[in-house]
Amino acid sequence: MPPDAQNAPLVTLEAVTKRYGAIAALDSVNLTIRAGEAVCLAGENGSGKSTLIKVLVGVEQPSDGRVLFDGVPQPRLTPTAATDAGVQVIFQDFSLFPNLSVAENIAMTAERATGAVMVRNARARARAADVLARVGVELDLDARVERLPVAHKQLVAICRALAADARLIIMDEPTTALTEREVARLLDLIRTLKADGVAVLFVSHKLAEVLEVCETVVVLRNGAKVAEGPATEFDSASLTRAMTGRDVATAPPAPLDPAAPALLKVEGLGRDGAFEDISLTLHSGEILGVAGLLGSGRTSLAKALFGLARPDRGRVTLDGSNVPLGDPIAAAASGIGYVPEDRLTEGLFLEQSIAHNIAIGRFDSHSDKGVLNLGNLWSEAADWLKRLSVKAPDPTAPVRSLSGGNQQRVVLARWMARQPRVLILNGPSVGVDVGSKAEIHGIMADLAAGGLGIIVISDDLPELLSTCHRILVMKAGRITEEITGGAKVSEADLSHRLAS
Amino acid sequence: MKSFDWKRNEVLVFAVIVAFCVLATLRDPNFLSIPTLTDLMRNSIVLGIFAVGAMVVLVSGGIDVSFTAVAAFAMYATTVILRDLAPDMPWPLAFAIATLIGAVLGAINGVLIAFFGLPTLIVTLGTLSVFRGFLLTFVGTLQISNLPSGMRDFSRWMMVRGTNSDGSFYSLPWAFAALVIIVVATWFILNRTMLGRAIYAIGGAPESARRIGIDVRRTQFFIYVFVGALAGLAGIIHASMARISNPFDLVGLELSVIAAVVLGGARLTGGVGTLTGTLLGVALIVLVRNSLIVIGIPSTWQSVAIGVLILVGTGLPAWQAKRAEARET
Repeated sequence: MPPDAQNAPLVTLEAVTKRYGAIAALDSVNLTIRAGEAVCLAGENGSGKSTLIKVLVGVEQPSDGRVLFDGVPQPRLTPTAATDAGVQVIFQDFSLFPNLSVAENIAMTAERATGAVMVRNARARARAADVLARVGVELDLDARVERLPVAHKQLVAICRALAADARLIIMDEPTTALTEREVARLLDLIRTLKADGVAVLFVSHKLAEVLEVCETVVVLRNGAKVAEGPATEFDSASLTRAMTGRDVATAPPAPLDPAAPALLKVEGLGRDGAFEDISLTLHSGEILGVAGLLGSGRTSLAKALFGLARPDRGRVTLDGSNVPLGDPIAAAASGIGYVPEDRLTEGLFLEQSIAHNIAIGRFDSHSDKGVLNLGNLWSEAADWLKRLSVKAPDPTAPVRSLSGGNQQRVVLARWMARQPRVLILNGPSVGVDVGSKAEIHGIMADLAAGGLGIIVISDDLPELLSTCHRILVMKAGRITEEITGGAKVSEADLSHRLAS
Repeated sequence: MKSFDWKRNEVLVFAVIVAFCVLATLRDPNFLSIPTLTDLMRNSIVLGIFAVGAMVVLVSGGIDVSFTAVAAFAMYATTVILRDLAPDMPWPLAFAIATLIGAVLGAINGVLIAFFGLPTLIVTLGTLSVFRGFLLTFVGTLQISNLPSGMRDFSRWMMVRGTNSDGSFYSLPWAFAALVIIVVATWFILNRTMLGRAIYAIGGAPESARRIGIDVRRTQFFIYVFVGALAGLAGIIHASMARISNPFDLVGLELSVIAAVVLGGARLTGGVGTLTGTLLGVALIVLVRNSLIVIGIPSTWQSVAIGVLILVGTGLPAWQAKRAEARET
């Protein structure tokens, strides 16, 4: 035990290893977090981030090494012991009770910790009101949590942790669902917490945010700690290199043939309350990026182009002929494909087979008077699986069994089997790790080289900068700027243009 | 109430009940009378106790369709025990036996659901059939019309008794107090104990409940034992009031009960449900069953009327919620 327990770090991991069978999910990781300090934990999917969190909160026991709270080793850490020591996680889904009130959500963990059998409403409400006052937020204590916007749900989750006397709050990618202004408020809140002596473990790889609040960055790769240092010593490239272990090409794409014919033309498209006066031209073989924050109208625009939302004004032409608006089947028939942002709920039939997921858009062309020609259907699916190099052990396995990157390829394969002229990709690499992301970008470049026009909608700025010939900046429903390929625009610069 | 929130089922159901009563009174001025009220209350006792249990299960995110079989089993088995072994047993003991039998059968559901993690609908569909089959095969199939003295005593015990102007009688048995006690006790458990809040928490987000240290299994186990006990009690009350113990009775009621609960605003997906809503739902269903004829609709239309009520009563709020959501995105 350290000689001076008072100055001991809040949390220490000493050579923590976690093995699942022969695989080491965590390999001898050391980590210290002190009171009032914010540490950023970065890493790709499968790098061991979630295992590390599970060990910290006592859900998983380390196979080797030890966890210390306040310098005291915790030989068999349980979730209850971790909670008692003040370790609280803000899960990505916030783990709240949508059917209960704000007050009850905030107070429940703390109230349960008192061991009370009876509900003490007055005490619970006072507790909730106290915490809300402490973080300087006003919320209706009686509102049902399911009616709150995402950012408020997150605040409730943070308040719940604080109500339970949190000393270390672990935030798992807390900013993914927030708008720029909400992120700023969250970062302010984190600064307040730090001043109060609360430590924060911030899981994120958005460097701009990390730099604002974190003192230290810790990078995990394949379960091992591969980099650690003051946040100021990292830049986007070095962070990515640390996470992936290689230089992921961020070179802009090969220049577009200036003679490439215009493919898709959008003129004066508008939808009340979503976007206004959108005009753009997509050329054959071009990858066009649309950058915008959540709420800028980027997703509404993507949906409108594919007919999932009906625009109030304007027109869309493909190869000079009109594309019917507000009708996804007609849009698909005229050669537009759409890969949604949330492939799990909007893009895939998770329980059905990989082959079936690819073939599902092609039933019409493979049917003979209503009877499917399964042989043709299957061989076409298998062909696209191979061409997009989906790593699938068995095309009859359910799509659920694939990794995020491979699932995304299945969605792509489904569209490519229809031989579209234009593909709209909404957040093509959401939930895909950095390595697979580069491969998906490679596929996009190949498809474009074959003459396909691609529109990429994303808030992942490095992704846009490295894949797109042109980037349109969208703000408050309008296109405010066009950034042409090759321009030396940095991520920070683009981020500034989006927000300002 | 500060203002009428039309999106709430309770308000909607209440409005329909009022409208029904107004219509019925217009057609038959005698409708609005104490006998109608005592009829309604008497007919709500068994259905109401069932509904309270079904609501607790729905709130926890499950569904139970076996409670009628549990009730029939507890009712008939208790009658047989009394008849053959202790014909002079006082009614409170008999009720305790039936409640206990119900709790034991509920515990079987509880073990399968909480400790084996099986889907609630499948488990209770299975046990519905098993309990009923077991009852008819091993306990008996003959209805017992000569009830033991304890149960007869209970059935004669009236809270209110009176004579109509035309000389006929009306009455409300003390059994109604059982419903009141059960409602108050359940309200207390659900709203004033941590156990009750845990039931709501589990119904709202089971994984979140697990993460904050709620023992989901123990809570679920409690729920199914509780519902079983309520069903056992409802069964013996039913037999006492009907003055006959028929092993073929009760089963088949389960969907009407669940319909009443859903009509009262409980969500089939769990986490939401109130006792007020449940009781209003029961009152409406009983009203439709008893008095549809009064407003000039033939009683053969009963099930159509109940079906339409369910579609409108639960569909309207759901449709409004969906529209509100669509407007936001």
